[in-house]
Amino acid sequence: MQEDCLLKLRGIEKRFPGVRALHNVDFTLRKGEIHALMGENGAGKSTLIKLLTGVYSKDDGTIYVEGKEAHIHSPQDAQNNGISTVYQEITLCPNLTVAENIFIGRESNMVVKRKDYEKRTAEILSNLQIPARPRQQLGNCSLAVQQMVAIARAVDMQCKVLILDEPTSSLDDKEVNMLFKLMRDLKARGVGIIFVTHFLEQVYEVCDRITVLRNGELVGEYLTEDLPQVQLVSKMIGKELDELNTLSEKDDIVKEKGEVFYEAKGLSSSNALPFDFTIHKGEVNGFTGLLGSGRSESVRAIFGADKVNGGTVKIKGKQVQIDRPIQAMKNGIGYLSEDRKGDGIIAELSVRENIILALQVMNGFFKPISRSESEAFADEYIKALSIKTASRETPVGSLSGGNQQKVILARWLLTHPDYLILDEPTRGIDVGTKLEIQKLVLKLAEDGVSVTFISSEIEEMLRTCSRLIVMRDRHIVGELKGSELNQAQVMRTIAGGETKNEG
Amino acid sequence: MKKNNGFREPLTDTQLLMTITICIFIAMYGLAMIFLQGGFLHVQQVFDLLNDNASLIIVSCGLTIVMIGGGIDISVGAVTSLTVMSCVLYLNNGGSIFGSILLALGIGLAFGIIQGALISYLEIQPFIVTLAGMFFARGFTTILSVNPQKVDHEAFNKLRETKIEIDWLGYTAKNGTRIPGRMELGVIVALVIVVLVFILLQYFKPGREFYAIGGNQTSALMLGINVKRTRFLSYVICGLLSGISGYVFMMHTGAGNATNAAGMEMNAIASSIIGGTLLTGGVGNVAGTFFGTMTLTTIKKIVVASGLNDPWWQSITTGGMLCFFILLQSVVLSRREKKKKAS
Repeated sequence: MQEDCLLKLRGIEKRFPGVRALHNVDFTLRKGEIHALMGENGAGKSTLIKLLTGVYSKDDGTIYVEGKEAHIHSPQDAQNNGISTVYQEITLCPNLTVAENIFIGRESNMVVKRKDYEKRTAEILSNLQIPARPRQQLGNCSLAVQQMVAIARAVDMQCKVLILDEPTSSLDDKEVNMLFKLMRDLKARGVGIIFVTHFLEQVYEVCDRITVLRNGELVGEYLTEDLPQVQLVSKMIGKELDELNTLSEKDDIVKEKGEVFYEAKGLSSSNALPFDFTIHKGEVNGFTGLLGSGRSESVRAIFGADKVNGGTVKIKGKQVQIDRPIQAMKNGIGYLSEDRKGDGIIAELSVRENIILALQVMNGFFKPISRSESEAFADEYIKALSIKTASRETPVGSLSGGNQQKVILARWLLTHPDYLILDEPTRGIDVGTKLEIQKLVLKLAEDGVSVTFISSEIEEMLRTCSRLIVMRDRHIVGELKGSELNQAQVMRTIAGGETKNEG
Repeated sequence: MKKNNGFREPLTDTQLLMTITICIFIAMYGLAMIFLQGGFLHVQQVFDLLNDNASLIIVSCGLTIVMIGGGIDISVGAVTSLTVMSCVLYLNNGGSIFGSILLALGIGLAFGIIQGALISYLEIQPFIVTLAGMFFARGFTTILSVNPQKVDHEAFNKLRETKIEIDWLGYTAKNGTRIPGRMELGVIVALVIVVLVFILLQYFKPGREFYAIGGNQTSALMLGINVKRTRFLSYVICGLLSGISGYVFMMHTGAGNATNAAGMEMNAIASSIIGGTLLTGGVGNVAGTFFGTMTLTTIKKIVVASGLNDPWWQSITTGGMLCFFILLQSVVLSRREKKKKAS
């Protein structure tokens, strides 16, 4: 057993100012296994991976690669030790060709042997069955293919340890399957794979072993077949799953009796086809559909985030015009965008400043919120949403993904919206926080706030929404409520329900 | 090994933008030949463009490298000017030609190394660093001499007067004498540099790494590229080319003046952009830059030939031209993006 160890981490410590990111963590990766690294956001997975890839340096502990102690201080050191990483964000150069992306940075020759690279790339690509051409510009490939090219690069570098950090979060099912096939193929060649993901099903589909971290400490290492999904979740969040169950047993409270809060007829934008949509006071509904089905585009049109082309919008029965976000905000609509990093947080600003941002915009910039007031707001929401931050003045960028999401949520809650649109609020965050956000959504609805909730995980939507709008190919193809709200029905509708409510 | 039978890989962004520039240049020059005739019908017109702009071409090559790496260098014109003045004074005080060449290269390198180090290793904004560099170089030039200085050096003037005469590309003047096509030595230097930089960018490791760091800096780091060293190198090459540009400038004008090469950095940036270099980095090609410079200078010639002699017309057309190209680039690239999403 021991001689098969590719990678052995013992007693790893890492501290950041004010936070202990990792404490006495052990991790072992064997030859030819796929090993899931699981944990909530902020559990230390990213930190551990960044230590292995040389982005951070460890404060204490030892890393052994194939039994020999390794010192990793830069990405190059990691590569020399046979450790390659494929990140969630593609870390290749979109302006170069596929072949160049595979070879650049690891050839010591001064002269670039283009023909040679292209020939070898063609071999690698066909060997791994990756649908790309060597001379294709990488930026013109789909995300999945780009990810695979990144893996191909790692494989060609004779990597012994391959780290896949959330590789599946932007792929659709077909692409995920292609990726898994590639992973199993590599496993058969003796490569050890560390797989980080938030999708539990995927862990059970491909992984042999699971290591769970919580709050920077090791919870344990398990064989996948010895650890049922429910136990995995409870190990990750560190509490029993009663809460999760009570939430899923939510009875069908029919809240549609409330007055209509928002009504759109034939609303369309530069990215969304015309659609009709209504939401009642205190209702939680959701848009579902496959990636690219137009769910986000539709809610962006509601918020006026894209250029609105036509349609009438009524709020509480009064006709209003919303073609810019500020108008939507003035009408009591809040929008939490899908792209947390791009549209949401401002990483350099503190938690406090991020929280008061939307309110400040609403008030206008000539009526600044006083310091003490904003501090009070920040403290209130940090407590209410239990945001884990060193202080209210910590830059948001240094928080974990789930906590960043909570900060944005706090920002919108502070404006006391009547209608809140949450686009993928739970993507890329851990199970515990997901649960908190779901509970929060239900609580908001009880308080009379209307919520539109979008998530890729149908399970989650079924738990929170009382009405589901199903989209396919940018059209609304169905609306489910009450007893229709079950996974099978949703799948059926996505796959081929009859078209109704088509604009 | 089967050749991909008849299937042509779509052009990369770099190739696409470069092709557009070359086509536009040819079309523009063709139209000028048809409608303005006059000098445009003689090959000498092209030689004149080259003679007058050899140093601009050299500087633009340097700037293209820096811009491909995602940076900017606005000190190039001032460094050119400083080089001219220093070399003129050196020659007039009994220096040798060889010494003056070394001096030119030295000044260029010094600016390149200092600016490159500040930008790459101390991570200061390139705009600020090279802005400071620009003021420094301009200031030094004025300290050296406020008044224009003519080169008074026999050997150098002889070298300066040496022109390459190509008889068959000449033309017969109205009085019947045959005037051969005349090209200055500086043009040869410029063309050699274009070819060398082209080869560097296409076939050498550092060249490709410039593209990588300009395309995505974080990725480049993850791919194992020494980003700091690569960026440093781009500024050093750019500085060196500014020095060479200064020497070529001096060969062309034969005099030093504190206002030499005023605004050259802006013309060089414009040339690079027209040639298909993106300010955001990662995309560009010196062949495009060469045609960019030619396009920019031809349009100025056309403006003059059309009878719009006032200098502001040149500026206005240059501005219009730049806008046109930037719009064109963004339209072409965004259409491409859409096509990719649709497929």
